[in-house]
Amino acid sequence: MLWKPVSQGGTAIVIRLKPCDYQKIIAHAVAAAPNEACGLIAGNANEGIKIVEKVYPLRNMDDSPLHFAIDPREQLSAIKNMRSLGITPLGNFHSHPQTPARPSEEDIRLAFDVNASYLILSLADTEPVLKAFRMEGGAPVAENIEII
Amino acid sequence: MKLTVAGVQKEYADGINVAELVALEKIETPEYVTVSINDEFVENGSFPDTAPHDGDVVEFLYFMGGGHDAY
Repeated sequence: MLWKPVSQGGTAIVIRLKPCDYQKIIAHAVAAAPNEACGLIAGNANEGIKIVEKVYPLRNMDDSPLHFAIDPREQLSAIKNMRSLGITPLGNFHSHPQTPARPSEEDIRLAFDVNASYLILSLADTEPVLKAFRMEGGAPVAENIEII
Repeated sequence: MKLTVAGVQKEYADGINVAELVALEKIETPEYVTVSINDEFVENGSFPDTAPHDGDVVEFLYFMGGGHDAY
């Protein structure tokens, strides 16, 4: 899966997510809790804006509250679906059932694609918290999420 | 021979193996890449011994995972 590059090098990136897709991520995370949930986001990227057209809730092969690994078979099916819809992979998401929405050391170590957005949904508080980051120079950089 | 690699059909040398294809396509961090040929996954250790055939569909899938120590 090759991600489509958007503006990098300090440029702010905005991720636009439809409310129904935001709810889809939350529902997937709640259903998987106390384990981590995961999936892919796809859509169109241009001039620093990533517009999410589809969210793919996928299976966490690790079945763990501490780790996630996206099932490659489901990942492959999602990629084929993206191609058929003419949309591009934009990144992935996973949940932190009991910890804040910030990347762990392992999240950072395994986020080796500089063109991907990595979304983390925390269920630790009363209300879910969704944040996004990308890797830049080996460090995570926050991205903005607009739910509209 | 013709292969469809990551959704794009291209011409490749006959007999090219998966390890050579990964290098040719400049796949970054190949240790985190899973390869499928016609929807069948190739075991990571057998990339040099596996050669796609004319008309095959090859996909590269990056491992996506993460996690943290016990909280």
